[in-house]
Amino acid sequence: MKTETLYSIKDLRKCYEERCILQLQHFEIFRGEILALVGPSGAGKSSLLRMLNFLETPTEGTIEFEGFTYHSGLEAPLEIRRRVTTVFQRPVLLNRSVWDNVAFGLELRGNRDAKGEIHSALEKVGLANLARQRARTLSGGEAQRVALARALVLKPDILLMDEPTANLDPANVTIIEQIAADLNKSSGTTLVLVTHNIFQAKRLAHRISFILEGQLIELGSNHDFFTSPKDLRTKAFIGGEMVY
Amino acid sequence: MLPALTEIILLSLQVSGIALLFSTIIGIPLGAIMGLHRFKGRKLVIALLYTGMGFPPVVVGLFVYILLSRSGFLGSLNWSFIPSLFTPGAMIIAQTIISFPLVAGFTMAAVMGVDPNLRQQVISLGATSRQAVWTVLMEAKVGVMVSIIAGFGGIISEVGAVMLVGGNIEGKTRVLTTAIVLETRKGNFDLALALGGVLLLLSFIANVAMLRLQGKAFDE
Ligand SMILES: Nc1ncnc2c1ncn2[C@@H]1O[C@H](COP(=O)(O)OP(=O)(O)OP(=O)(O)O)[C@@H](O)[C@H]1O
Ligand SMILES: [Mg+2]
Repeated sequence: MKTETLYSIKDLRKCYEERCILQLQHFEIFRGEILALVGPSGAGKSSLLRMLNFLETPTEGTIEFEGFTYHSGLEAPLEIRRRVTTVFQRPVLLNRSVWDNVAFGLELRGNRDAKGEIHSALEKVGLANLARQRARTLSGGEAQRVALARALVLKPDILLMDEPTANLDPANVTIIEQIAADLNKSSGTTLVLVTHNIFQAKRLAHRISFILEGQLIELGSNHDFFTSPKDLRTKAFIGGEMVY
Repeated sequence: MLPALTEIILLSLQVSGIALLFSTIIGIPLGAIMGLHRFKGRKLVIALLYTGMGFPPVVVGLFVYILLSRSGFLGSLNWSFIPSLFTPGAMIIAQTIISFPLVAGFTMAAVMGVDPNLRQQVISLGATSRQAVWTVLMEAKVGVMVSIIAGFGGIISEVGAVMLVGGNIEGKTRVLTTAIVLETRKGNFDLALALGGVLLLLSFIANVAMLRLQGKAFDE
């Protein structure tokens, strides 16, 4: 894969009040790759995704994205923001039908005539039969799949996924992983996948990064990450010795 | 007697209806801002709002009276769009001041009841900040409707302020509540009771509507 930088993070620090929870000196995300972020709870993974989605600025430092430099005190332009979307760790659905939830992002863009797209997004996640059900009555796993469908239907250039399979049974995990892999392959969508499951990272990602207490400890190709990690803490994490 | 009665009912609805319209225009955006944003002095504004929600209407009437009187701050300006005392316009001002804190306070509570993560997720799906605020208000729409009905309930049955600034002038500023006071004083209990019945009916309709909406909110 030829590597073309999509996001370039420089000297980034993210702090909430006095507490700094993420520090990245230099970190790049390539166009068209699947990048997995692994690391224990509280490492700062979700916070990083919020910045990659331009929902929160870094406290210090910059994120460069296609000629746009995102930094503190700045709001990203709408056309930039609309190229990225997130499947959140705890999705909140609108108190409307499943169908209307999937239609929502298109309506924001003034597109009210996309029945085909909405239907196929629902088919993909296996929920076409629940289209009329109220979203608030769904099970956890169903809600998570609606959250994936409402993101897929937007055909984003970059899809950020925060633990997208945490609530799912093995059959659905396979389906979601398949969707993610297909999306990357057929549309060239860049995927950033946060997961606690290193086997999932191994199955899906081209590159894997290990974040611990807000620091980037390891970043390597899928192969290198598992066979020749540079940092001892990565080894411990892969070996399951790290308690998290 | 009947035409006069219809006139009184219509004026009541007109004054309170217009006041409610203004209260909604002020109260819903204010409530949305208070519910969605954290800023310096927010606690103070909330304390003021809550005070406004429980403010004695007759005191509001007194303030408006002083402001609009010929020597008062607004009255002395002589601007044509500022209503004089003893007109429906003056009553509308007083009732707006009474009801907008109710609309704002209940709207704020409704907006704060929406999952705080929703707004961020909606923005992630490509909403402008305006679209995001609108979406949150739509999620809270039952509560927002309740706030409007509460605002209406607070003014349709209010007597102190309209009496002071309206003056209960027959055919001009006489509304249901002030008519009841007058007819009772004159000993016309039948008429007073009839007027009371109409007022009760209006409040009842408003409350049933509120209960139905709240019930709907709990069902969902
Ligand atoms: N809005 C916030 N205000 C204050 N602290 C925050 C905020 N958001 C996150 N944090 C803190 O930042 C740290 C990193 O949080 P983050 O959600 O990014 O972790 P994570 O790696 O996604 O963890 P998990 O795997 O449990 O989801 C945590 O200690 C958290 O308490
Ligand atoms: Mg997280």
